[in-house]
Amino acid sequence: MKKKYSIFSLIKNAFSYHENWGKAWKDPTPKKEYEAVIVGGGGHGLATAYYLAKKHNMKNIAVLEKGWIGGGNTGRNTTIIRSNYLWDASAGLYDHALKIWEGLSQELNYNIMFSQRGVMNLAHNLQDVRDLKRRTHANRLNGIDAVYLSTDEVKKFCPIINTSPDIRYPVLGGTLQRRAGTARHDAVAWGYARGADEMGVDIIQNCEVKGIKRNGDTVEGLETTKGFIKTNKIGVAAAGHSSVIANMAGLKLPLESKPLQALVSEPVKPIIDTVVMSNAVHAYVSQSDKGELVIGAGTDDYVSYSQKGSHDIVEGTLNAILELYPIFSRMRMLRQWGGIVDICPDASPIISKTSIKGLYFNCGWGTGGFKATPGSGDLFAHTIANDEPHKLNAAFNINRFVSGDLVDEHGAAAVAH
Amino acid sequence: MFIINCPYCGEREQSEFKAGGEAHIVRPKQPTELSDDEWAEYLFMRKNIKGIQFERWNHSHGCRKWFNMVRDTSNDEIKAVYKMGEKPPIE
Repeated sequence: MKKKYSIFSLIKNAFSYHENWGKAWKDPTPKKEYEAVIVGGGGHGLATAYYLAKKHNMKNIAVLEKGWIGGGNTGRNTTIIRSNYLWDASAGLYDHALKIWEGLSQELNYNIMFSQRGVMNLAHNLQDVRDLKRRTHANRLNGIDAVYLSTDEVKKFCPIINTSPDIRYPVLGGTLQRRAGTARHDAVAWGYARGADEMGVDIIQNCEVKGIKRNGDTVEGLETTKGFIKTNKIGVAAAGHSSVIANMAGLKLPLESKPLQALVSEPVKPIIDTVVMSNAVHAYVSQSDKGELVIGAGTDDYVSYSQKGSHDIVEGTLNAILELYPIFSRMRMLRQWGGIVDICPDASPIISKTSIKGLYFNCGWGTGGFKATPGSGDLFAHTIANDEPHKLNAAFNINRFVSGDLVDEHGAAAVAH
Repeated sequence: MFIINCPYCGEREQSEFKAGGEAHIVRPKQPTELSDDEWAEYLFMRKNIKGIQFERWNHSHGCRKWFNMVRDTSNDEIKAVYKMGEKPPIE
């Protein structure tokens, strides 16, 4: 049993200069057989293992991670959390996640630094205005908090935005979801890892999956760099590498993996206390607790697994940032990086069974998977444990690309894809 | 970011080009006789290879012609470019 983190444990450990904190999770060698194996130790994979153990009483499970946990897209995103999606299915999915976020620090006994600082989306042309108003109404019908703001209200909420009518893409209005915000992405992975480990889940790092063993249409186990692991249930949460794992099982997925970039500036004093996103010019910005501006750029249009994107994408985003926030013109950017995002043709995720028994996929989150982490884990765990989807992820089955019942969030969501 | 050798214009910056996805996906000869599964395969399913991939590109800010490319998607190294209708120079 792990020691609970509290003010008292903090004081106690202060006396030994914080050198005697216990390990948050073990470093086990893989067993020969597991009830279920999760491929991918990012937020989604760890959350899935956590909920499998917690809600479905499956304790003999493992999470396999080829690198270190949270080292992929979990540690590379811009940490934005919101649920203001247009379609009912998406609204249900993302708001389920947002409701879990609201109590997650307490549940995990781990400070994930969830901050409901609001997310504002800007409109720059008349079509944007119509789309955002429509989305605001759709959100409210689905019980999601959303308000439409005039240009003056945008300026009042975030005074550093340039709302002059003279700029190339003037701000004509915006929407605000006050329950939305940010969380510390690394802490989410670590908190779930600690919670899952405590319930007996084996978190195995530096263990890459090399093959999937099938007997006809049923899975039998995984070939890994740490040997063969027998299991009847494999849940894949491998983000950009989902297609690589699918190919091992002889499956093809409707995914394309592309680089998505982000960058942070040097740290400065508090200047922006919310998250502002703008589709039309593709610029979004927030400020981390360390004071860095966190800026998200767009995806490249070509398939790549190289974790680096094109310079012109970053340049385009910074052009837009500077037009909207002239105050940032002398900021220096400190770091820039890329992550590989797996994008579905309808820009909605897949949380689904497959044609192979015992093989489940949680993929296609594209540019916006972080916000869904707790909900995604919860629903994927439900799908794996019951071999049936939960009603909230039923629409996100893989078969929708055959039936044509797509969840088309391309451009309809609050951000351009 | 990389330099692309357009078969019509020569070496240009990648930002002049538009990627057009996986190449050599043949349009079905009898679309009316396709099952839903076959339509899904043609429209949506992609190899999304990590490694050597055959793909289409368009020199959208140049000659505006389409051509094919062989590229290693794990490190963005371009192995070959060839015109539409030509056989791939690499297996």
